[in-house]
Amino acid sequence: MSEIIVSASDVMRTFMISAGVFRAKRPLHAVNGVTLDIRRGEVLAIVGESGCGKTTLAKLLLGLLPPSGGDIRLDGRPVMTIPRLEMAGLVQPIFQDPYSSLNPRKSVGAIITLPLVVQKDQDPSTWRRRAEEMMALVGLPPRLYNNFPNQLSGGQRQRVAIARALINRPEVVICDEPTSALDVSVQSQILNLLQDLRGELNLTYIIISHNLAVVEHMATRVAVMYLGRIVELAETDQLFKAPKHPYTMALLESVLTPDPSLGIPDTHLGAAYPNPVDPPSGCTFHPRCAQVMAHCSVQAPKRVPVEGGHVECHLFDANLGKEKAIA
Amino acid sequence: MGMIGKAGVPTASEILEPSSASLMRKRIFGHYGLMIGIGSLLVIFAIALLAPMLAPFDPLDQELSRKLIPPIWSGSAKATWVYPLGTDGLGRDYLSRLIYGSQISLLIGFSAMLISGVIGTTLGVLAGYFGGRVDMVVNFIITTRLSMPVVLVALAVVSLVGNSLWIVIWVLGLLIWDRFAVVVRSSTLQVRNLDYVAAAQAIGCSKMRIIFSEIMPNIMNNLIVVATVEMAHAIILEAALSFLGLGVQPPAPSWGLMISEGKGLMFFHPWLIGIPGAALFVLILAINLMGDGVRDVTAPENRN
Ligand SMILES: Nc1ncnc2c1ncn2[C@@H]1O[C@H](COP(=O)(O)OP(=O)(O)OP(=O)(O)O)[C@@H](O)[C@H]1O
Ligand SMILES: [Mg+2]
Repeated sequence: MSEIIVSASDVMRTFMISAGVFRAKRPLHAVNGVTLDIRRGEVLAIVGESGCGKTTLAKLLLGLLPPSGGDIRLDGRPVMTIPRLEMAGLVQPIFQDPYSSLNPRKSVGAIITLPLVVQKDQDPSTWRRRAEEMMALVGLPPRLYNNFPNQLSGGQRQRVAIARALINRPEVVICDEPTSALDVSVQSQILNLLQDLRGELNLTYIIISHNLAVVEHMATRVAVMYLGRIVELAETDQLFKAPKHPYTMALLESVLTPDPSLGIPDTHLGAAYPNPVDPPSGCTFHPRCAQVMAHCSVQAPKRVPVEGGHVECHLFDANLGKEKAIA
Repeated sequence: MGMIGKAGVPTASEILEPSSASLMRKRIFGHYGLMIGIGSLLVIFAIALLAPMLAPFDPLDQELSRKLIPPIWSGSAKATWVYPLGTDGLGRDYLSRLIYGSQISLLIGFSAMLISGVIGTTLGVLAGYFGGRVDMVVNFIITTRLSMPVVLVALAVVSLVGNSLWIVIWVLGLLIWDRFAVVVRSSTLQVRNLDYVAAAQAIGCSKMRIIFSEIMPNIMNNLIVVATVEMAHAIILEAALSFLGLGVQPPAPSWGLMISEGKGLMFFHPWLIGIPGAALFVLILAINLMGDGVRDVTAPENRN
């Protein structure tokens, strides 16, 4: 049992995008060198604007997508060498939209017991009992066992998805915007449920969210993503009290919108989010940065370790500061 | 589920949450087209199964002394209840031939549909699920198939290989799978990007299990609609081939062959082609009504 449960180093994922019928395909670096260590038992939040690569990173960590470069380890073992069923027992996803994450042709019972069936777990006679225990744990009445997803509310569906993810007691649960498709009144119920389950089952969470209030409430650490890279990683109170990266500051300054479907609110960043196929040179944030310096458009910033994480910005690069002083 | 309270009154929870089975039942029985289609198809199926009991005569039994008796509604003096649909040019009882002919049409329809369904669905699922190179290869095969005119190829093959009932079935089955492949491919593409497929992958399901238990059940409604279309298609193609003399061989009582044999006499004895033509029309209509009904009843906007 190592302290670090998930470890990513310089992970890349590139998609080939066709730019038109007669044009050659171009690479899109959806995840472009992510380095991240996740400690056992922590709640790591990943925030960032739409299209910055959060879902792609989640899929890489789940082993659903092979990385184009870099190394992902779960419990010290390279993800791509872990057998399928063992992987399923280690890390599980909870998706955003419970209307598309449950097979409409299967009953609640069939959905929740499927992981046991696939794992050929123990004795089939215990499956139903274990599914019902899990349903009780996530707050689903047992009478729903034979119902179909179209007979459930959004919140109930999300509980089914949570039960399915947790029935094999995974170590890590990756929640990709677990509440943004739900009614506001149901969101906090689901978040509280996730909180409770973490204590009960010793889970490690990776929570992707657009909602900074949720992040502040749930997370122990926060990773801020911009154009496929983690530009700042810090303890939650550190990040909210004293953000380092100018992008993080802009995110925090933006007014929180209560409607999560609006996504990350207007960041007052002026220039639009860049086309990820054509990222800006140097530091990819420089066209929108309030504290841009001359070399920002030339040189990509290094990863500077800070307490509890890192920051990627020339403002904190001691060496560069010195070079500048010499020059 | 679907249980009715003691007094025959649905319980409150049933009204609030009608089970999907009972909703489905209501939708199926409320759809007249579907009911008429299934009903007529069942009748034709029963006729085919019970042909030996229903047919008053042997369909192959010739008796020139009683040839070309008109059907009873013609008002002719020769018409008789012994031969309610009359007799053909060789004196065979038309009703018996019609009854036995349903066996041939249904056999060809079902078998050719099954063969083409297996081929087309396999290709379509592979292309849609695996994408990339597999998709390219399958698309090439589909385009190749689409570039061949079905009737011409069928005629050529049948005239080369000879024509028995089973040769006709195989030739048709091997030719009409393209619509299955195209429809299944695009439905698979849609379903495979849904989160429940990703969830199944994350649970550790094998590709086989994902295809058979997550994807197939969710494209089944499209598959059934195509199956009915192709079944009707095969029956019509058989009739066309038989009409051209390259389908089922005489003296078998195929409806297409009956039309073909009647065409020489159609000006003076129009019922010879009218009766098998009407039978063919009813069968195709029933199959199509059923296909449309299945599509309506299982349409996604009806599901939530
Ligand atoms: N399968 C794919 N093929 C091609 N491009 C993709 C694919 N998946 C993602 N992308 C691209 O990669 C980039 C990152 O996508 P991703 O879904 O990871 O963003 P995200 O941060 O999850 O956004 P959101 O907040 O909107 O969910 C986007 O520009 C997207 O268009
Ligand atoms: Mg996303």
